[in-house]
Amino acid sequence: MQQANEFFTMGGYGGYVWPAFGVTALIMIWLLAASLRRLRENENLLKQMQATTPRRQAGRAGAEGRAS
Amino acid sequence: MHRFANPGRFLRLSNVILPWIAVLAAGLIAVGLYLALFVSPADYQQGESVRIMYVHVPSAWMAMFIYTVIAAASASSLIWRHPLADLVAKASSPIGACFTFLALVTGSLWGKPMWGTWWVWDARLTSVLVLFFLYLGHMALMGAFDSATRGARAAAILALVGFVNVPIIKFSVEWWSTLHQPASVLRLDGPSIHPSMLWPLLAMGLGFKLYYLALMLVRVKSELIAARLNARAATAAQLS
Repeated sequence: MQQANEFFTMGGYGGYVWPAFGVTALIMIWLLAASLRRLRENENLLKQMQATTPRRQAGRAGAEGRAS
Repeated sequence: MHRFANPGRFLRLSNVILPWIAVLAAGLIAVGLYLALFVSPADYQQGESVRIMYVHVPSAWMAMFIYTVIAAASASSLIWRHPLADLVAKASSPIGACFTFLALVTGSLWGKPMWGTWWVWDARLTSVLVLFFLYLGHMALMGAFDSATRGARAAAILALVGFVNVPIIKFSVEWWSTLHQPASVLRLDGPSIHPSMLWPLLAMGLGFKLYYLALMLVRVKSELIAARLNARAATAAQLS
């Protein structure tokens, strides 16, 4: 208990150390989640479009598609 | 490198290596966190507050590393017109902006107890703040034109001009007097930091680097799909 308490207070610097680790974890996890969500959305949109657009024209357009 | 500039080949390669990079990144960050919080000693001057270093320094390394990647991608986009270079730059700049923000915030949280202030307008802190604005400008320019290619070109020019800031950041602690301490790892005469602090720092640094690589691959893939979606929408509009 004593040891756990010392760990959380960080020798009096807990108020600076934990927010630093916290904000880093928060932003890195948020960025990862947002990027994965966007990939999934785009993949679903592409699937929908492939289902509705005729295959041949779409294939040609896809081959020409450059940076967006 | 030219071989990997082909989007199809890039996607196949990235699908194979992505899971490995992701697992390695998570493992290294887990080990790094354990070493940083439980194993590494407190500093004889700074006490436990020195642990902020293990997130601050890797974030700052990433802020500069990602900008360098963007500048290199921008150069190859402008010179060789690599089809993937613009996408790498576009996918990278929000990640770089996040790491620069983290370097500034964790630095501030470290500066308050050690220097007695959240912020000083000295060369190191100010040049990193400029880097943050360069990232924001890069992101804004990418989306500021109707034509994605024109946006990418404008952003690439900004990235190359702004690259002058990277050596300024690196050497700012030597060229000007500052509160910020000089480099203790990336030095010509080898690291001056004790191994018990160097190893957790390197684990975190490599973990962050692999995290960026994995995230960048995910985002480039996302951009490639978005490009196909746009192309399809354009053909559909032409046909109707």
